[in-house]
Amino acid sequence: MGHYVARRLLQAIPVFIGTTFIIFALVYALPGDPIRALSGDKPISPSVYAELQDRYNLDDPLLVQYGKYMLGLVQGDFGQSFRGRDVSEIMSERFPVTIKLALVAFGFEILVGIAAGVLAGLRRGSFIDNLVLVSTTLVVSIPVFVLGFTAQILLGVQLGWFPIAGIAHGWYSYLLPGLVLGALSLAYVARLTRTSLVENMRADYVRTATAKGLTRGRVVGRHALRNSLIPVITYLGIDLGALMGGAIVTEGIFNLPGIGQQVFLSIKAQEGPVVVGIVTALVLVFIIANLVVDLLYAVLDPRIRYE
Amino acid sequence: MSETQTPVGATQQPGPGAPETEIEELSGRRASLWADAWRELRHNPLFLVSAALIVLFVVMAIVPQLFTTRSPYACDLADSLGRPSGEHWFGFDLQGCDYYTRVVYGARVSIVIGTLVTLFSVLIALVLGSLAGYYGGLVDTLISRFTDIVFGLPFVLGAIVVLSVVSNHNLWWVTFVLILLGWTTMTRLTRSSVLSVRGSDYVNAAKALGANDFRVLTRHVLPNAIAPMIVYATIYVGIIIAAEATLSFLGVGLQLPAISWGLMISQAQARVLSAPHLLLFPGIFLSLTVLSFILMGDALRDALDPKLR
Repeated sequence: MGHYVARRLLQAIPVFIGTTFIIFALVYALPGDPIRALSGDKPISPSVYAELQDRYNLDDPLLVQYGKYMLGLVQGDFGQSFRGRDVSEIMSERFPVTIKLALVAFGFEILVGIAAGVLAGLRRGSFIDNLVLVSTTLVVSIPVFVLGFTAQILLGVQLGWFPIAGIAHGWYSYLLPGLVLGALSLAYVARLTRTSLVENMRADYVRTATAKGLTRGRVVGRHALRNSLIPVITYLGIDLGALMGGAIVTEGIFNLPGIGQQVFLSIKAQEGPVVVGIVTALVLVFIIANLVVDLLYAVLDPRIRYE
Repeated sequence: MSETQTPVGATQQPGPGAPETEIEELSGRRASLWADAWRELRHNPLFLVSAALIVLFVVMAIVPQLFTTRSPYACDLADSLGRPSGEHWFGFDLQGCDYYTRVVYGARVSIVIGTLVTLFSVLIALVLGSLAGYYGGLVDTLISRFTDIVFGLPFVLGAIVVLSVVSNHNLWWVTFVLILLGWTTMTRLTRSSVLSVRGSDYVNAAKALGANDFRVLTRHVLPNAIAPMIVYATIYVGIIIAAEATLSFLGVGLQLPAISWGLMISQAQARVLSAPHLLLFPGIFLSLTVLSFILMGDALRDALDPKLR
């Protein structure tokens, strides 16, 4: 096991370097001169210009810039924005909002998604099963921004059930955006649970458990469901990383001051260091989530052994 | 596609002269996977509905003139934000253009981007995935790690950054960027399918008979690894159509005067309370298009996966 963890960690390093390098190179290629953009219409004195170029390593070639950035990064330094703020400070302001949003979405996925999947899977072909299949297909086909937009107008503006935008109402303000963000994955979780449960209910060990005279609740809860949830948990783990990246649309629609909104504004404002910092953090989350899922797999399913 | 035979079943097929009814009567085990799948699909209402919808949208994309006689650029400001009526089913947009005509013309962008991106992603995935799965070793490591790197970029975020770098946001750039970011999942899929059939007896038999790698791959490995690919590619068209609309909605995809459903919804945002039809119609068309590809993929999966029989 320890050997496997070490190998996976080593494998993650080139992926991390490669992904961050791509983002770094893209941001490097963003059109326009960020220093000149900073001073707006006013002319900037050559000495100030040179000083700023030097501070942000802008006159170095791409590879040197990237090297310096990575060197700072391993020391926990995400760099500074062109307006002189630490990127880590901006992130610590913005990340809590996105994490709350992702957690609410995650909660919906687990509670509603798994419940719907179990109900459908236990009564295959019933009304509930068809209802779950039809509604998940519909949810999957409606793009997130259409869904969010419509939910905001119907439930927020017309019915007044939820706050329309912003985070002034604490957790309550996260409910609707969280549901919108999690809707797509919720549908996948429901379908995955259903398929997996249907397959496992036909397995020999379930027949054995029933033959032993166990109650249906125990057969389903202790035997079938536990095994059925293995692929679901894998999906959920990978999804947690994806939710953070996907928050960009939801945060835009509901005007939540999270990481997605910040990265979008920063791209528009050519704030390269902020974009690179945030995307790097997101890639880290994604890689770690993948790793944890792989390891969790072995814990949940004893048949899988890592050598 | 439907003539592809599985090598095992091939010897038991009736001669080419056998009448069709005889093929119909054959038991499921004898017919090929594709003939089997087709027989099942023909009776699947979901498949028929989604196929009809896809044909409808594709025709709409190729010859929008069949559906409307007006031009999407013939607008009269006097009609600005007009409500739907008997003559103008979907009402008018802010510029006073007939909204039904605009929505019909919007199909083209979605269908073109959806099919082109899927087509090229499938090609890339087939080449890279079969190289990695078939040869293994260093080739596999290089391709797999490279796939991991691109896969690690958040999709929407990556597309926004790449599109911000280019100043020209036309159809081809958006297509290119989506291909650039989108080939990874299918490459992984192909690789694992190829891996799973690589060691089978008929592949070894073909090798022992002296077939070269290219022939083994194209005639024996890929035909048996392609079913999950086709299912995913169908669904992927829907995913890409939604992605294009999302990018256009965010303002980094297609730009005016292009006609795209995402762009229309983005413009509807500001006045959705006074003119909800601006959101409703492109939203419905967009969702229906995505839905039909997803339903088609589901139907194909049910028909092609023998485990579900």
